[in-house]
Amino acid sequence: MSFIDFLPAISEIYLIICTLVLLLLGVFGLGHQLKRITSISLTALVGTILLIVLSPPQGSVVIFNGLFTVDNFVVMMKAITVVAALVSLLLTMDQVSNENDPTFFIPWEYPVLLLFSTLGMMVMISANDFMSVYIGLELHSLPLYVMAAIQRENLKSTEAGIKYFILGAVASGLLLYGISLTYGFAGSTNFDALEKLFASQQIISIGTLVGLVFILCGLAFKVAAVPFHMWSPDVYEGTPTTVTSFIASAPKIAAIAVILRIFYGPYHYLAAQWQLIVIVIAVFSMFVGAFGALQQKNIKRLLAYSSVSHIGYALVGIAAANHFGLQAVIIYMTLYVVSALGIFAALLTLRKSGKGITNISEFAGLSKTHPFSAVCMAIFMFSMAGIPPLAGFFGKFYVFMSAVQSSLYFLAVIGVLASVIGAYYYLRIIKIMYFDTTEASLDHMREGTTSKVIMTICGITLLTFFIASDWLLSLSAGAAETLLTSIP
Amino acid sequence: MIYTFGFYLFSSILLASSIMVVFARNPVHSVLFLILAFFNTAGLFVLLGAEFLGMILVIVYVGAVAVLFLFVVMMLNIHMAELKYKLKEHLPIGLMVGIVLFIELIMAFIGWSVADGRAELASPTPAGIENSVALGQLIYTKYFMLFQLSGLVLLVAMIGSIVLTLNHRKGIKKQNIADQVARSRDEAVKLVDVPIGKGV
Repeated sequence: MSFIDFLPAISEIYLIICTLVLLLLGVFGLGHQLKRITSISLTALVGTILLIVLSPPQGSVVIFNGLFTVDNFVVMMKAITVVAALVSLLLTMDQVSNENDPTFFIPWEYPVLLLFSTLGMMVMISANDFMSVYIGLELHSLPLYVMAAIQRENLKSTEAGIKYFILGAVASGLLLYGISLTYGFAGSTNFDALEKLFASQQIISIGTLVGLVFILCGLAFKVAAVPFHMWSPDVYEGTPTTVTSFIASAPKIAAIAVILRIFYGPYHYLAAQWQLIVIVIAVFSMFVGAFGALQQKNIKRLLAYSSVSHIGYALVGIAAANHFGLQAVIIYMTLYVVSALGIFAALLTLRKSGKGITNISEFAGLSKTHPFSAVCMAIFMFSMAGIPPLAGFFGKFYVFMSAVQSSLYFLAVIGVLASVIGAYYYLRIIKIMYFDTTEASLDHMREGTTSKVIMTICGITLLTFFIASDWLLSLSAGAAETLLTSIP
Repeated sequence: MIYTFGFYLFSSILLASSIMVVFARNPVHSVLFLILAFFNTAGLFVLLGAEFLGMILVIVYVGAVAVLFLFVVMMLNIHMAELKYKLKEHLPIGLMVGIVLFIELIMAFIGWSVADGRAELASPTPAGIENSVALGQLIYTKYFMLFQLSGLVLLVAMIGSIVLTLNHRKGIKKQNIADQVARSRDEAVKLVDVPIGKGV
């Protein structure tokens, strides 16, 4: 093995070096200057994105003795993940320069942890072996636990961190147990080897299936699908909003990418076995997400439940287990991340008497004081509710279409019902913004230019998606092509 | 013969001590029973021929984790009565989940059928190589990527614990030997010419 063999992993290697140098700089060089370290990490992430996008692989490349793979699917998912991380770091940068808020305290290690987490996600997406999935998963979630508890003086933040950590450790345990069962019954953890094995087998040993269920449980926790969603509202509520924007975007993409890689890869031959489980999880996620959000007063808790239901819709596409389903999930998750980041950017630009907004009722009168933010929020809400011609509609449309293609009519109908229920709370926010009045209006903020730009870009993307939908479809088709070689 | 005897000895003590971990009244006793359980598991591993795992279990779990538990238990004032009360509250659900899982696993192991192609997939076990030797040969060659990444995971754990616990308190007096050595006479001593009968 020579150095040339490492080239497909060049983006990871680059990010590792950058992160370690940054850590040393933070400890010895720059002192404790969050602002400078954040800006250097931003450039590191931009470099990583360039390396990912500019070195597309020829077909599918497997390196490090079958542990690591790079193909079009991996490139696309990694690019989305790292862009999400970058945007969330930009939002942090904006908060750092905004010194008005004395309650906002973030230590300089924060960007370093974010880079480590991103690195773990990249490893996870590129994994071609259960062992690399596990290591990537740990590397991405360990910094997340710390980031959740980063405001250690704040009781809620600490609570969020501990909850996330304990439940995450249990989920990792489940995943690891599942992997060991699979290894015991199948004799390998390598995806290529497992694929060959499952393709040739008539009768599936029950141990492999139990292992599969445990693996699914572990991964369902990471995307916060019901019944493993309990941590999500508390963590969203407790963490600072900039951290929430990261937790809500990048890790979900990475975890969904791993689920796709596993269930459309080696386990595709067992689709008859796992389809029902995924359907049940999807249905419950959609409904618990929709009904849970109905009673929420806190905007971040509401967003947590909304993300649970969005994961449910994405799982509908996974349950379809066909070619189009894969494409639909990729598009759905991309659009979800765009709208989630947009909402968090909008939240960060709004302030009421010096503090961030927590309660939904505080949006009252937004259309009078901040007409532009109100329009953007309305776009995000309409898109999440799935109102045409906004992007969210297309995401849902593709997902349900893939379910129909697999003759899962029941699932598609339930999905539509759930999105009708979900539309209520999205529209309620719009109603509060435009039709409710209040005396205490929101602050006028001069800072937060980056957040405003991000909010605008996300809004325009969702608004004009229908023009570029063919482009994203072909991109995702190219990604799906490399993952699926044996599926109709 | 001695093998079977060893198996039954270790596993019966393991089961008994695991039960005692849950039911012991004194939390310190619970931790001690946990250590006993670890030792017996290590014994089972050695019987299986996995001596490396056995030793790691003793070194890492008994040597570090259990001692840490002991510290935590002794430092924190844990009210066992309160915990027991909460246990009763959650017992039905816990029991249900536990029983379902247990039945599932029993089914999995009763229907033990190893996949057909497993023999070809599994790594061969060459004669004359102990598993510690094999692990050493594999971890640093075939699985070096995982080895390196595990290092990063540990680094993250280190950074995380420092971020969450290190407290830079202001106004505290610390001794900095480098500063002390670097002091010159000029900045430390000031010669004042005090006139007689005036004072400083």
